[in-house]
Amino acid sequence: MSKWIPLWLHKLGSPPIFYRFAGTLRPWFLGLALVAGAVALYGGLVLAPADYQQGDAYRIIFIHVPSAWMGLFIYGVMAVASFVALVWRIKLAEAVAMESAPIGAAFTFITLVTGSLWGKPMWGTWWTWDARLTSELVLLFLYLGVIGLYHAFEDRRQGARAAAFLAIIGIINVPIVHFSVNWWNTLHQGSTVRILGPSKISASMLWPLLTMMVATKLYYVASLFGRVRADLLELESGKDWVRRIATENSVPGEQA
Amino acid sequence: MSHFFAMGGYAAYVWPAYAVFFIVLLADFVSPLLRRRRNLRELRARLARQTARQHRSATPAVNS
Amino acid sequence: MSQASLPRACAEVLRRDLTLAWRRRGDIAMPVLYALIVATLFPFALGPEDALLQRIAGGVVLVTVLLAMLLALDAMFRSDIEDGSLEQLVLAPQPLALMLAMKILAHWLTTALPLIVVAPLLAGMLHLPLAVMGVLLLALLMATPMLSLLGAVLVALTAGTRRSGMLLALMLLPLCVPVVIFAAGAVAAAQQGLPWVAPIAWLGAALALALVLAPLACAAALRIALDA
Repeated sequence: MSKWIPLWLHKLGSPPIFYRFAGTLRPWFLGLALVAGAVALYGGLVLAPADYQQGDAYRIIFIHVPSAWMGLFIYGVMAVASFVALVWRIKLAEAVAMESAPIGAAFTFITLVTGSLWGKPMWGTWWTWDARLTSELVLLFLYLGVIGLYHAFEDRRQGARAAAFLAIIGIINVPIVHFSVNWWNTLHQGSTVRILGPSKISASMLWPLLTMMVATKLYYVASLFGRVRADLLELESGKDWVRRIATENSVPGEQA
Repeated sequence: MSHFFAMGGYAAYVWPAYAVFFIVLLADFVSPLLRRRRNLRELRARLARQTARQHRSATPAVNS
Repeated sequence: MSQASLPRACAEVLRRDLTLAWRRRGDIAMPVLYALIVATLFPFALGPEDALLQRIAGGVVLVTVLLAMLLALDAMFRSDIEDGSLEQLVLAPQPLALMLAMKILAHWLTTALPLIVVAPLLAGMLHLPLAVMGVLLLALLMATPMLSLLGAVLVALTAGTRRSGMLLALMLLPLCVPVVIFAAGAVAAAQQGLPWVAPIAWLGAALALALVLAPLACAAALRIALDA
């Protein structure tokens, strides 16, 4: 076994240990996500001033941009987990990859819908086939393809490996989505938030945006933990540790 | 307050957007909870059937 | 036991698939008939006005060919999986990627080539100007192998599953959107008298890449999907 993997990480790959670990941490992540989200929404909806050009419609940015970012980020996580799952065949990596897909699809869907609702008053159209919107739609199709392929197999582990392969092939779309506003003339505006250097957005609007980005990340972890736990129960349903959990909880649906 | 809800005239776009955000994430959060509940219920039923089978059979210690 | 030399093995795989396809040559006609019907429906749906049909002719022919290929794609490995010969191929000493490349070539020859032969007829029915016909054929010659290659990877992934038709379409769409954009872009540019070589060159470059990578990806995908 590779010596550079610390023992705690190696242990975490074991389903019953991860189940307990995720179960303990999940409420914390959820709580922090809700608090951060509430703070971000207050800052964005109440404190931040109306935009000079777009009036109050710009406030959709506080959910649109974090959702778009999460759509791409989750795909990256899914692709990395898929790679680990294919190369080392670790059950937990398969579970993380497959359970990230619906969450990523949800955020991508939110991005498309909120973008459409923002585009109508600003650009005068619900949709346009420019590079950014089209590649984002393609991203949604990729997510749906991964989910569909995973569920098309009788053997879940085989399905996970096939879907993982598809996820890795589709990673090419992520840089296309991100750089589409730079590479082509698009209706969609260019990037305003920069990691290095000053951003082109005022501070009172920036901090709620960044806070919401943090909140959605925390939510992703909480949701992922919940989904992976449910998945592990299904995957390992014949094992003793699952049997113990089933018989312990006489009241169904209790969060361990 | 009503000024807040009016969103400068863009209420018809802003509030549905926020609604979609919350509804979709709520659905995403609830679905694994329901799945877990269903799984545990089915597992318990399966275990109950197994132990009933073991009790019914005359030979003890049947490994199912 | 003497091992078949590599060129001989390739030729054998190609010959086998072409022979099998020829025995079911009725099946070759299906995508062509489908394309004809679909292309004919457009004037009925949109009205026979020349100017309108001319504008959409290039794109309609391209999409129609793509859809027809999609129908035929599902069957690429199906019969070989069912009778076990695909597993034999996987176990054979010859490099799987090369063997699969031959199968993909056979599939392209029997599904895409008839469509390309019929394409001028389809384009003519939709009043595509004669001058642009050459660019359309070139675009199809670039685009259809890409579809075969990309499609083969996805068909390999769904090899073990049933009801894969719709799933295949869902998965293939994101990957062939760029192909359609560039191919249709070339035809549209030619129709407006603008330079059209650039999109074709992009397609050529992507095709070169796909020719090398797709058989390898297909082999990997097949191993994953067949690994019961």
